[in-house]
Amino acid sequence: MRSVLAQAWAIAAKDLLLEFRSRTAFLSALVFTALVLAIFNFARDPTAVSSVDLAPSVLWITFSFAGVLGLNRAFTLEKENRAIDGLLLSPASRTALYLGKTAANLVFVGAVEAIALPLFALFFNVPLLDVLAPLVLVIALATVGFVAVGTLMSSMAVNTRFGEMMLLVLVLPFLVTPVSAAAEMTTKLFAHRPFAEWAAWLKLLAAYDITFVVLCTLVFEFTLEE
Amino acid sequence: MTAIPTAERALKRSGVWMAIALLLMAAIYVRALAFTPEEATQGLVQKIFYIHAPSAWVAFLAFGVVGICSAIYLFVKDPRLDLLAASSAEVGTVFTTVVLVTGPIWGKEIWGAWWTWDARLTSTLFLYFIYLAYLVLRSAVEEPGRRGRYSAVLGILGALLVPFIHVSVYLFRTLHPMPVVLRPGKPELPGSMLLTLLSSFAVFTIFYLALLARRYAWARLVDARAQSEADRADASR
Repeated sequence: MRSVLAQAWAIAAKDLLLEFRSRTAFLSALVFTALVLAIFNFARDPTAVSSVDLAPSVLWITFSFAGVLGLNRAFTLEKENRAIDGLLLSPASRTALYLGKTAANLVFVGAVEAIALPLFALFFNVPLLDVLAPLVLVIALATVGFVAVGTLMSSMAVNTRFGEMMLLVLVLPFLVTPVSAAAEMTTKLFAHRPFAEWAAWLKLLAAYDITFVVLCTLVFEFTLEE
Repeated sequence: MTAIPTAERALKRSGVWMAIALLLMAAIYVRALAFTPEEATQGLVQKIFYIHAPSAWVAFLAFGVVGICSAIYLFVKDPRLDLLAASSAEVGTVFTTVVLVTGPIWGKEIWGAWWTWDARLTSTLFLYFIYLAYLVLRSAVEEPGRRGRYSAVLGILGALLVPFIHVSVYLFRTLHPMPVVLRPGKPELPGSMLLTLLSSFAVFTIFYLALLARRYAWARLVDARAQSEADRADASR
């Protein structure tokens, strides 16, 4: 078990180091997020819909699209020069490969979210600080869920025709549960509703995370060449 | 070289099943339209239930079959299971289309809206999206082994996703009629309508199996022909 985690860490560290050196994907995801947040402000009628009402949906649509864009990176990186063959020949197990890729994606998406969140508070004028701790928990849980599924799907999508479009078709149905749960909880948080009102959503999201993290870890090896 | 005649025979046999299923379908609609009383408040439009409800059952059943075949396929790697899962997905897509077309016709009449974001409507819609993703994924991968593995992975994940979507939408308030047959206590449907509804479920299940058998036999025949073509090309070289 320890060796699997060590291998996963090595793979995640390699991915993050690559990203840290070029920063292309990170910066473009960040700019994309900022742009979507800004465009949303013009895509509503300010007299009819107040920005606080719209804020949770904007936050979650932005995060999920930025996340999917980030996911593409993980395996296109390995496809160039067939670097994936090197990884498969290395002593790292396939489970470690999946966990490492997922961890790197989580750090990537998490970093984008960490910068986008204050920007979101600024643009949409929501009082973020008093609900920050539960909101971070909600964001973390939802991100784990869709990154787990997304990493698995991107490993398949990269080997299909029109891979980037394919990833969207494969991943978006799986976003319904995490995104609707997270958006619902965000709404309740901004409205300062009691915990009992969103406890069911939290349980559902936790159940989703556990189910799909376990399942994706188990089936990941089938998305690789034998 | 026996593969082609065997596959052709299977295709012919599936034709017999199709004929039986279609006859039963005709019978169930004669019964539903002529010999089942009209529902008092909803009137004629309620008859659509005898298509809508059994199609919905088959749509979910077909994805259950996809999920199970996919899970077994990943362990035994028998290409026949992959073909069976793919056939079930195609047939299921057709039935899901029927559900999504007949539902709004009833909904407009009774709810006054073609569509609402209620639990069952949404889970059926996303079932449809997963079916489409499954079929699109299959068409985007050339190599059969890889196609089988990829679509099996999606089949398993999709089969687990549907209940999650159902629960997540269920946490919102739901507008869809509550179950009238499978519910605590006695079914609340009058006897003759219940009989028609239950037999339409049975007939649709038979129809699904017949379509599945036919689609599967056809896929096997296509494979067998491609194989013999490849063998002949090898032999002539």
